[in-house]
Amino acid sequence: MWREVKNDKLALIGLFFFIVIVATVYLWYPFIDQAAADRVNLLTRNLPPGEGGFLLGTDPSGRDMLPRLILSARNSFNIAFLVTGGATLIGVFVGLFSGYYGGHVDNVIMRIIDFITMVPFIMLVIVFVALIPNYTPLTFSLIFIAFSWQPTARLIRAKALQQGELDYVSASKTLGTPNIIIIFREVLPNLVSIITSNLTLTLAANMGIETGLTFLGFGLPHGVPSLGNLVHFARIPYDMQNRMWLWLPAALLIIVMMLCINFVGQALNRAADAKKRTI
Amino acid sequence: MWKTIARRFLILIPQLFVLSLIVFIIAQIMPGDALRGRLGPDTTFEQYMALREAAGLNDPWYVQYARWMGDILLRGDFGTSLGISPGRPVTEVIGERMPNTVRLSLMTSLFLYMIAVPLGILAARKKGRILDKTIMVYTFVALSLPSVVFGLFNILNFALNRQWFPSRGSIDVLAFGAGGMVAFMSRIEHLLLPALTGAMLGTVTVIYFLRSEIIDFEASDFVTTAKSKGVPNNKIYTRHILRNALLPIAGHFGIVIAGVFVGSFFIETVFSFSGMGELFITSIMRRDFPVANTLIMFYAIMGVVSVLIADIAITIIDPRIRIK
Repeated sequence: MWREVKNDKLALIGLFFFIVIVATVYLWYPFIDQAAADRVNLLTRNLPPGEGGFLLGTDPSGRDMLPRLILSARNSFNIAFLVTGGATLIGVFVGLFSGYYGGHVDNVIMRIIDFITMVPFIMLVIVFVALIPNYTPLTFSLIFIAFSWQPTARLIRAKALQQGELDYVSASKTLGTPNIIIIFREVLPNLVSIITSNLTLTLAANMGIETGLTFLGFGLPHGVPSLGNLVHFARIPYDMQNRMWLWLPAALLIIVMMLCINFVGQALNRAADAKKRTI
Repeated sequence: MWKTIARRFLILIPQLFVLSLIVFIIAQIMPGDALRGRLGPDTTFEQYMALREAAGLNDPWYVQYARWMGDILLRGDFGTSLGISPGRPVTEVIGERMPNTVRLSLMTSLFLYMIAVPLGILAARKKGRILDKTIMVYTFVALSLPSVVFGLFNILNFALNRQWFPSRGSIDVLAFGAGGMVAFMSRIEHLLLPALTGAMLGTVTVIYFLRSEIIDFEASDFVTTAKSKGVPNNKIYTRHILRNALLPIAGHFGIVIAGVFVGSFFIETVFSFSGMGELFITSIMRRDFPVANTLIMFYAIMGVVSVLIADIAITIIDPRIRIK
């Protein structure tokens, strides 16, 4: 897996910038004075970058954009990591059980997944976000997880189904190995590469979806600084054109992050599929 | 095959019933109701309760559900809107928006194939060369652009900075009044930028798929045979490879257009384009459940049917594939 990444220049560059950005955001975060970052100051409203000592300018409430960008990035990354991790975990478990046992278990689980995916994901999240009064970033993540593990489960199920047919599984069964051990000690390791590549690609997608949902007003709550909320400044045509410092850094940060993750993800994807491997 | 398709249709019916029930219960749990938006400073509690009574909101939920379902099944009546345009039938409110979304989706799909098919073919023919790599980088970028951000960039660049396209809406007010050809042109003009935005983001899967299909076919036996017979290279591509590679792409049209339909949630909001996606978001914000519930059911049916159509189309195109 690592060899495929190492030989792909774009993937290496992507990985490098990904680590740099994530490290900057998380290492800088503890040094931000949150109270100062949230303080409204009418004298410093809408200052362009560089003016009055504000490197990235200020927002309509007179707050320094630089710490806000870091805070927002941290919140958005947290959500993206949490959601991707949670959804992958559930997806892998459900997929493994469904695919390994097959038969009725599989049938019931697949019908449930079919049922949930009948309604577009975005609609489901919007409805459930509207349903919960005073929702927090945590409840938002839970809703997000609840409706985004299904594609992973489908993928892993298909792979587990293939693995279950193989000789090593039947050999292990005849030796009397308990199913649980076969699933986790023998089948799961064979799926690690496909799980990692799927994990990276969904991480990138989830970042974009979080931004989109927050932009629509059904993502992170308005008070929580997030990249989507920063991009939301562009809804006002005047600000979009004349106060680009309000939303452009956040928009660029999302794109750069998603690009980096996708570059790595594609290399991992090639590594997971013997047919596409380049080395 | 037709038996399996019939069976899948039959499964669909109970699924839709359960879905409608869940959707209805969720709407009941949701805090607030559409009528609160219509209250003025002088409205008394009694007047508010009278409004609720008239809309039937004071009945127990199962009575309301039975009435809603009964009206739909017996009279094709999906209820009346409560918040967005009070008193008007839901079908009318949605019907107003549907042509816009359908137009947008068709235009988007048209652009999508116009961009993706040539790029996919080029990438495969120049495999490993600079052109292929450029196209692959393009797909990476398109994959990494959230539709909201890409939409905003396009508005800023092409609608605000250079005024090539209108920046928002689905038709010009004056053109709407003028009607006829003027209105039609104005609609098209308003469609171009959102459609291009959606199309460029949607091209990725089609390009990947087409590229790998063509590369697979290049190594297949019938191409080797054709080559050894001395068929010119161009003819191999047009007559042998493309015919085979484009068929599954055509078969997946239903799924692509369903994806475009759903993708229009973000695009419509960014471009303030008054379509169904935007209607759904406002209906949830205004707690206009008759409209929201009907839209959810509509999207669910559309999704399932488009997958079914794609499956049927693929089996017709390629008889080797059997669906079960």
